[in-house]
Amino acid sequence: MNHREPGPSAGQDRVLPIASKPLLSLRQASVQFGAVRALENIDLTLHAGERLALVGANGSGKTTLLRLLHGLVPLSTGERCWDPRSLAGSHPAGSHPIAARPSPRQPTMAMVFQRPFLLNLSVRNNLRIALWLRGVGRAERGLRIRQALTRVGLTALADRPAGVLSGGQQQRLALGIAWAAQPEVLFLDEPTASLDPSAKREVEGLIDELAREGLTVVMTTHNLGQAKRLATRVIYLEAGRLVVDKPVVSFFSEALPFAAEQFLQGELSWN
Amino acid sequence: MSTVSESLSLALELIGRADPELTRIAALSLRVSGSACLIGAVVGLALGAWLAVARFPGDRIVVWGLNTLLALPSVVVGLLVYLLLSRAGPLGALGILFTPTAMIVAQSILVVPLIAALSRRLVLTALREGGDQLRSMGAGSGMSAVLLLLHERVGVLTVLLTAFGRAVAEVGAVMVVGGNINGVTRVMTTAIALETSKGDLALALALGFVLLGVVGIINGALAWMQQGVSRSAEVLA
Repeated sequence: MNHREPGPSAGQDRVLPIASKPLLSLRQASVQFGAVRALENIDLTLHAGERLALVGANGSGKTTLLRLLHGLVPLSTGERCWDPRSLAGSHPAGSHPIAARPSPRQPTMAMVFQRPFLLNLSVRNNLRIALWLRGVGRAERGLRIRQALTRVGLTALADRPAGVLSGGQQQRLALGIAWAAQPEVLFLDEPTASLDPSAKREVEGLIDELAREGLTVVMTTHNLGQAKRLATRVIYLEAGRLVVDKPVVSFFSEALPFAAEQFLQGELSWN
Repeated sequence: MSTVSESLSLALELIGRADPELTRIAALSLRVSGSACLIGAVVGLALGAWLAVARFPGDRIVVWGLNTLLALPSVVVGLLVYLLLSRAGPLGALGILFTPTAMIVAQSILVVPLIAALSRRLVLTALREGGDQLRSMGAGSGMSAVLLLLHERVGVLTVLLTAFGRAVAEVGAVMVVGGNINGVTRVMTTAIALETSKGDLALALALGFVLLGVVGIINGALAWMQQGVSRSAEVLA
């Protein structure tokens, strides 16, 4: 497949919101797991309304970067910040530890995992517990549960055990749980990797709808067509390093470093 | 063989006419072991869940100790509780030695390590699967552990029934701290030991069949519950 050809549903109306407000930033961020350097000196700023796709070969650090942005993985060195003053670039990297900044507010975040973990409870109760964990009050919970079920098309299955749903339905429920939390940033870790084509289309459609509503989306994917269809910006990682960071149109039309070109052509070798 | 068939028919006869002695012994067994499991569940599940998520200096040693206690001989527990509750012991003033309460204490001590170690394992396994997701939804370590116990409730039930099986079938601890007093602290296992020593093998075996039956009924109930869960899942799928 030639990934430089525009796909049938490639969103040409999607543009990189350069002027939008920065939400989250990494500066010289590195993550080390024992002797393994999973991420190395990553500099990245995430803007509101952006749809960022992280692509790269297995082991390139996509998921670690996603988890780092979400705060699930601790930094080994560098900085992860969300303070607007700092994000505006008024301070040199590393000069202001996060704890020393005045009243920073981390954007609210939610994450959908490749294989969603759902409690052995009904669909409705999975939503209820997720909202309860977020501190949503009882009356508000009921309302958001109904809205989320409608949003992801699972109202008819609300009282079924979550474990008996199909893969696509489980992923939709996971998206519903994340959406119900009303996050500013939604992280998606290969959200359609284990789904059949029909379920994949359903979930992609849902992600697209959520993003169109203004949600900032960061996703990892191996599916370049999906990156093209859903993203406004693409980052290519290689061996834990950020190699390419471009708007989606440029990523798929301009010259890229050799390894990224190879990856796009699907010819990346194992070594 | 004749002893076996004789004892089986005796067991059926005792059960059939709801022998008062047998009923009293079986009821006391269930009360003592049931109470011990209840206490063990509260303490053991909390301890197991906490050990699954807590990180502190020496946590591995604590887990090693807990796993070692899985093999704790019941008679040793009986001896320790006896020393604690005897007149000269630190808790002698309570005056509960040779009472069902002392037997509950001993059996609780016996089942806590079992429940804690197995529930820790359940939570750890589930944490690997869903820990990050729960954290991403805002759950702290303790809350994640509690939710994962809820998630693994069929497994927790199996753990509790295993603990009940251990408690109801042990003889050493209840013999030492209960004293096998007729009508007061005699339970099925101590009664079996007594009848065997008296040479009344038929009655001892009959009591053994009753004990086995009680455990069998409880296990059957568990299997039925588990089957119900998977069947409803299949129907709905």
